[in-house]
Amino acid sequence: MSKSNRKTFLLEFEKPLSELESRIEQIRELAEENQVDVSDQIKHLEEKAVQLRKEIFSTLTPAQRLQLARHPRRPSTLDYIQAMSEEWFELHGDRAGHDDPALVGGIARLNGRPVMMLGHQKGRDTKDNVARNFGMAAPSGYRKALRLMQHANRFRMPICTFIDTPGAWAGVDAEKNGQGEAIAYNLREMFSLDVPIICTVIGEGGSGGALGIGVGDRLLMLEHAVYTVATPEACAAILWKDSGKSEQACEALKITSWDLKDLGILDQILSEPVRGAHADPMGAANLLKEALIANLDELMQLSPQQRREQRYQKFRNIGNFTDLAANGQLTLPSQTSNETHQVESKDNHHMETPPSHSLSY
Amino acid sequence: MSLFDWFANRRKSEPDLKQTPEREIADGLWTKCESCGVLAYTKDLQANHFVCSECNHHLRVDSDERKRQLVDPSTWQPLNEQLHPSDPLNFSDRKPYADRLKEAQEKTNLTEGVQTGVGLIDGLPVALGIMDFRFMGGSMGSVVGEKICRLVEYATEQAFPLVMVCASGGARMQEGMLSLMQMAKISGALQRHREAGLLYIPVLTHPTTGGVTASFAMLGDVTLAEPKATIGFAGKRVIEQTLREKLPEGFQTSEYLLQHGFVDAIVNRFQLKKTIAQLICLHQPYFPTFPQQATA
Repeated sequence: MSKSNRKTFLLEFEKPLSELESRIEQIRELAEENQVDVSDQIKHLEEKAVQLRKEIFSTLTPAQRLQLARHPRRPSTLDYIQAMSEEWFELHGDRAGHDDPALVGGIARLNGRPVMMLGHQKGRDTKDNVARNFGMAAPSGYRKALRLMQHANRFRMPICTFIDTPGAWAGVDAEKNGQGEAIAYNLREMFSLDVPIICTVIGEGGSGGALGIGVGDRLLMLEHAVYTVATPEACAAILWKDSGKSEQACEALKITSWDLKDLGILDQILSEPVRGAHADPMGAANLLKEALIANLDELMQLSPQQRREQRYQKFRNIGNFTDLAANGQLTLPSQTSNETHQVESKDNHHMETPPSHSLSY
Repeated sequence: MSLFDWFANRRKSEPDLKQTPEREIADGLWTKCESCGVLAYTKDLQANHFVCSECNHHLRVDSDERKRQLVDPSTWQPLNEQLHPSDPLNFSDRKPYADRLKEAQEKTNLTEGVQTGVGLIDGLPVALGIMDFRFMGGSMGSVVGEKICRLVEYATEQAFPLVMVCASGGARMQEGMLSLMQMAKISGALQRHREAGLLYIPVLTHPTTGGVTASFAMLGDVTLAEPKATIGFAGKRVIEQTLREKLPEGFQTSEYLLQHGFVDAIVNRFQLKKTIAQLICLHQPYFPTFPQQATA
């Protein structure tokens, strides 16, 4: 990658750092030309640069993290798969007339073992992005994903999914072909799979489009990745009635990996190389690979039934509310025995035929 | 002042006829049909299931009214009314989320946007969930997710068929990712209900969109919809903005979904209760001891 090329993708908050770095470079060149020894000054400046880098990247705002997550040079699903696996065979098509280039998948060999890998695929440049629809998958993409996951289940391969999408594709065709139904199906069916499933948010986790391949035994997230219920832009437009308020929405929605860990949604944060995954794609791929192998090793210790039960409980426990009965502020007879749920009717109607008998349907 | 100015000023001072609010209707005694504009005596309209007698437009009904229409009198037992929403993100947009919740609760006299419970439909026991669009657009937060999830689990436990009357704008943004995850949570519970060989019928009413469409609304064994309801994943405005073109006539309606194979039947509101009961009866097993159930 040439230097000028890198500069065009410089984010605003990186600028002081890059200025300092180019100054160091200038001094070094000048010193070489004039045969002066400036190694002391350079060492001092380099230390300063390290310090600055730490400062900048440890105090990023959610909006800045979103910029990093959307960075055009950020490694994509195929980049990670190719960097991590010893072998890779891509599979295509939903077997119903379509092959969605925005959601890719296939069989990879990870640490000697076959693993089904799939994920959203953003493009590497504008042309590629248009072909990949910016990583916004169509219903056929989610159906392809389901086909591959069921394939993996049949051949007892673990599944690794990589989430990197602004959201599911919102177009006339997508609606016509049942975008909602395609995602809903995946949500349900991913609970029925026996093999281990690890989902990793590698960049942008956008709403239902992300969740459509996001039900697993483990949810991992790269440090600077984000996961949102709606894009901050859409949220600002709807709640603030002003799409310019997206920075506030970023803050309020709690979209960073740390926030999601706190909310109990995330299992593990994978720390990225300094300056983000795009600064050292191979380093990031190695980190990801290690984490996937470690988690797979753990999950392989469990029986399929145990995995499914734990997967169910993992999602079952997500949510934040006040249960007045559980707090003892209100006593309902039903809460003492959970098995026979006889709830008192709140309205004063008499129960003529209490539906407590069970018919066999 | 020139004559022109005088005219301009006069125009300003005159009340704009278009902007005057529509005639207030005293205490809801009369209700105006949103579709044809005909005024109907509210009591008559209620007797008519809130369907306009002139144009057959299905007006929006709240969860209490829906319950009255579907459940046999005096057989409704609510479940998990003790769950109250909290404000996990301490969220505030133009107004704090806590205030919005309070307002919605006062307006609807409900604790949250869904009523769940068990009752009889034409004498058949059913686990029933009814979403209420009045409560923050029927949006799905933690409590809505939890109540539906508990309802599905209860139905699985008791071997009851499940009916969900959907009316929602989607996930509740004010609860962030916790809302999104409710989609997965409910789908997981539905997977178990399905695995137990039980029947699930979602009823799609106006409007059913976003995260609800992308989860339990589209996971029915048999899917019913009310006439001319808006049903879709992405909002119309979002699609128009991304495509910069007008959408086809009748796009994202019940009829459109039926035509494209995502809905089994469009059912008139008068027929809804009877249809649900009929479907439940039709799903009683032909073989009393189905092999799967015999081993369970």
